[in-house]
Amino acid sequence: MVTRGFRGRGSGGDGSNRIPPGQHLVENFPVLSAGPTPSVEPSDWTFTVKIGPKPVKVWDWSAFNALPKTKMTRDIHCVTSWSKLDTTWEGVLVEDILADAGLERPTDFVLAHSYDGYSTNVPLADLLSGKAMVALNYAGKPLPRDHGGPARLLVPHLYFWKSAKWVNALQFTTRDEAGFWELRGYHMYGDPWRQQRYTND
Amino acid sequence: MTENLAQTVPWQSCVITEIVQQTPGIKSFFLRLSKPFAHVAGQHVDVRLTAPDGYSAMRSYSIASWAISSPTIELAIERLPDGEVSQFFHDVAVIGDEIELRGPLGGHFLWPELAIEPVLLIGAGSGLVPLMAMIRQRRALSQVVPTALLLSARTAEDVLFSEELHSVEISDPAFVLALAITREKPIRASDYARRIDGVMVKEILAQLHGKPTQVFVCGSNGFVNVATDGALLAGLDPSIIKTERYGG
Repeated sequence: MVTRGFRGRGSGGDGSNRIPPGQHLVENFPVLSAGPTPSVEPSDWTFTVKIGPKPVKVWDWSAFNALPKTKMTRDIHCVTSWSKLDTTWEGVLVEDILADAGLERPTDFVLAHSYDGYSTNVPLADLLSGKAMVALNYAGKPLPRDHGGPARLLVPHLYFWKSAKWVNALQFTTRDEAGFWELRGYHMYGDPWRQQRYTND
Repeated sequence: MTENLAQTVPWQSCVITEIVQQTPGIKSFFLRLSKPFAHVAGQHVDVRLTAPDGYSAMRSYSIASWAISSPTIELAIERLPDGEVSQFFHDVAVIGDEIELRGPLGGHFLWPELAIEPVLLIGAGSGLVPLMAMIRQRRALSQVVPTALLLSARTAEDVLFSEELHSVEISDPAFVLALAITREKPIRASDYARRIDGVMVKEILAQLHGKPTQVFVCGSNGFVNVATDGALLAGLDPSIIKTERYGG
C-alpha cells in the first residue's frame, strides 16, 4: 500500500543492496536493552561453556584474552529497523573457544547467557565457520558498557538481539530453546533478509 | 501476552481520525484500526510507510491509549530532526489518511496483570507514552495499586499529557506525580529543578509507602542510564527494572 505523500529519504544512495527489507541506514550506534546497563569489571569477568547444566570450561579475562583473536568487519541489523554498515570488531571466534574447551559439536543448539539474566538462542551452525565471535573490541577500542562491554556475542548475519550483550556463557542444548526475547514474541531464528522479526514471521 | 503473540501478527490498514498537537514537539494521532485488537499497556505497534517507488520505512511506536475494545488507538509521536517517519506524521499526514501498521507487539515492558505491589514509572519526553498507557489502564480498571510517576522534561510546556496527569494526581491519592524540569524553574514547589538522581528517586519512593516490585523506565538511552543509576542508588534491585530506550 502506497502511503499518500510519503517520498522517503530521496535517493537510496550506495549500499542499498546491503540493507535488508524494512531496514533503514543509521550512522550512529543506537543502544537498546531490556534493563539497566550492568557494570562488569574485566577483573570480575568469567566466561563459561556448558553442556546442559554442566560447565565444561571457565575462562577468566586474561585466559580468554590469550585465545586467538580475529577481526571482522560486518553490517549489522537491529529488529527495531536500523542497520549500520561496516562495523569493525575484534574478539574470539566461537570455534576457537570450543577448540580450547576440547569440544566439537556436542549438540546442534546453543543458548547464550548474559550477566543481566538475558539469554538468546542460536543454532550452532550459525556460530561456526567464522560467522560469530565473542567480541571484546569495537572500532579498535575496548567494547563500551552500553554496547555490551566487556564482551558481547556477535552474530552479525542475524537480527542484533541475537548478539547478546554482557555475554558470560554459551550453553549447549539438545533442543532449540527460546531465550529472553524469543519467549516474548520475537522470532526463534531472526534472519533479517527474510524479515523474521516476530514469532512465525 | 506471549499467548497473543504465538500467532503471526498481521499488517492492517488504519485511518487517521484525529490529530492533536500535545506539546511543541509531540502530536497525538488517533488511528481507527480495520482489525481491532486488545493490547496490554506498554505494548507497541510497528508502522510502515511506503513511497510510490516501493521504498518503505518502518518504525515502532508505543501505544498511548489503554486497551479497551475500541477500534481506535492513540500514538503520540515526537518530531525528530532526522526522522523520515516522524516528519511524515508531523508535516504531511492529515485526517483521513490511511496508514499501515501491525500490532500489538512486545512482551516485556508490560503493565502487570495483577497490579498489587507498588509500581514506579520514570520517563522523559515522549518516553511517557507507554507509561501513560499504564496510568490510563490502571485508572480505567479502578486499580488502587500505589503508583508513582517521575517525569523529566525540559520545560513545563514540554510535559506531555500534562492536564490529564495533574487531574489523576488530584483525584487519586494512590498516585504520586513528580516532575523534574531541567531547563526552567518548576511551577510547583513539589517538583524538581534538576536531572533525575538517586536522592530524587529515594524521595519519590518514600511517598509510595512500600518498595516497588516493578520499575518501568522509558526515554533516550542517556536518560535511561541516568534514571536507572538513580534507581539503583536508591536501593532498588536491577532485576525489577524494565527499560525501553529509543533506538536513536
